[in-house]
Amino acid sequence: MTDSVADISHLILQKLLENPKVPRDISGDSRIVEDLAFDSLAVMNFVMEIEDTLDVSVPLDKLADIRTINDLAVCLHGIKAEQA
Amino acid sequence: MSAGLFDKYSSLKRNYDSLMAASPRNPFGVVIECPLSATVGIIEGRETLLFGTNNYLGLSQSKMARDAAIHTAETMGVGTTGSRIANGTFGLHQKLEQALAGVFHKKHAMVFSTGYQANLGTISALVNKDDTLFLDADSHASIYDGARLSGAQVIRFRHNDPVDLEKRIARTDKTPGARLIIAEGIYSMTGNIAPLDKFVEVKKRHNVPLMVDEAHSFGVLGDHGRGVAEMQGCEKDIDFIVGTFSKSLGTVGGYCVTDHDEIDLMRLCSRPYMFTASLPPEIIAATLAALEEIKNRPELRQKLQDNAARLHHGFKSVGLNTSNFISPVIAVTLENIPQAITFWNALLDAGVYVNLSLPPATPDNRPLLRCSVMAAHSTEEIDQAVETFGVIAKKLNLV
Ligand SMILES: Cc1ncc(COP(=O)(O)O)c(C=O)c1O
Repeated sequence: MTDSVADISHLILQKLLENPKVPRDISGDSRIVEDLAFDSLAVMNFVMEIEDTLDVSVPLDKLADIRTINDLAVCLHGIKAEQA
Repeated sequence: MSAGLFDKYSSLKRNYDSLMAASPRNPFGVVIECPLSATVGIIEGRETLLFGTNNYLGLSQSKMARDAAIHTAETMGVGTTGSRIANGTFGLHQKLEQALAGVFHKKHAMVFSTGYQANLGTISALVNKDDTLFLDADSHASIYDGARLSGAQVIRFRHNDPVDLEKRIARTDKTPGARLIIAEGIYSMTGNIAPLDKFVEVKKRHNVPLMVDEAHSFGVLGDHGRGVAEMQGCEKDIDFIVGTFSKSLGTVGGYCVTDHDEIDLMRLCSRPYMFTASLPPEIIAATLAALEEIKNRPELRQKLQDNAARLHHGFKSVGLNTSNFISPVIAVTLENIPQAITFWNALLDAGVYVNLSLPPATPDNRPLLRCSVMAAHSTEEIDQAVETFGVIAKKLNLV
């Protein structure tokens, strides 16, 4: 079964909210760097956690185009589909 | 209206300004006015113990290396004024490459003008946009930059974690491009030592070549000082070893050694090798002399290990938080930046220089006081550093 983009987005939000430093009012449209105050290393480390849950690897160059949580969900969905 | 060039620095500037407001001196602007020896330098007009260099064997002050450099500068001049591909190779470049290949028991060596360029030049010559790189998450900036220059797809694996590496490699077993794993020997910020022997098992199972940067471990670990791969008995399974002359060898420059005969092709497609001036002769002569010293003076390595163990044990005994690896890089982890700034300034006020490393240049978002040990440190100097750390930690209520 492939998770839908919405499922993945939900999963990302859940994971993010496990971190007490992340603002409580985030949504799929929240921007990862600006709204969540993640630096480049924090983004890479967070993506690693999601990768484990979904059993995919996201090449770093793909991260360059990602601004919002939904962008990340779309990207993960695409990679998962490719790998399937 | 289009943005100004420096508009993007506004948040960097805010952070920098608040760091400057919190710190009596600029942590990025320490001036070592003059080194008096390998272990003591003049900072702010005072004699200061140096525990923040990469001069592990003290060879930046080696008499043999200095004499070799002086003699060579007098006979050959001080520069090459060009790249080897365009402007010619000096005999000394070849001599150094042969010496390095000999030291590592590999067929070939290629030298670069810095260790940074050795990583850029090796990685970008080995992989391109159709290929996939597996990098340890805590890799040095030069490895990340080499990866970017190459255009390869980059997949990070968890630091020092062969199981995580294997999981990520397995996901790509069916991709068409070439693959390459990259790890370091000793990690420069934390002193952590890589499980290269375990990475070798993974590389063999999936048939993926392995490159290792022994920048901090060459001259330091292994019975002959060849690094972590020698120490763990897996040298013959490392396809490319990269390193630098700027640490245990005390000069400047970098190298890649390998058994792959394609090295002469790599020279023709490695931009950081081709489009920059080659190493000057006096530096090569000093490096050759330092290589000889590493070979002929194994006692330096033993002294370094003893000193590393003494500093490590000392830090643990005063209750500081350090890594469990005993290596010449010993980092004290602190909880927050203000604490680290106060601690670092107090150390320098007390005559001990170490490196202040702040996130995001540190692995887990916490600041580090990075200390490095030298073979040249006396036991008294090490004990003095431990005592100074202990007194300050107590004053700041950290232990
Ligand atoms: C792991 C590692 N690789 C490469 C380099 C680059 O070496 P160099 O400073 O000689 O250019 C360094 C240090 O700066 C390093 O720590």
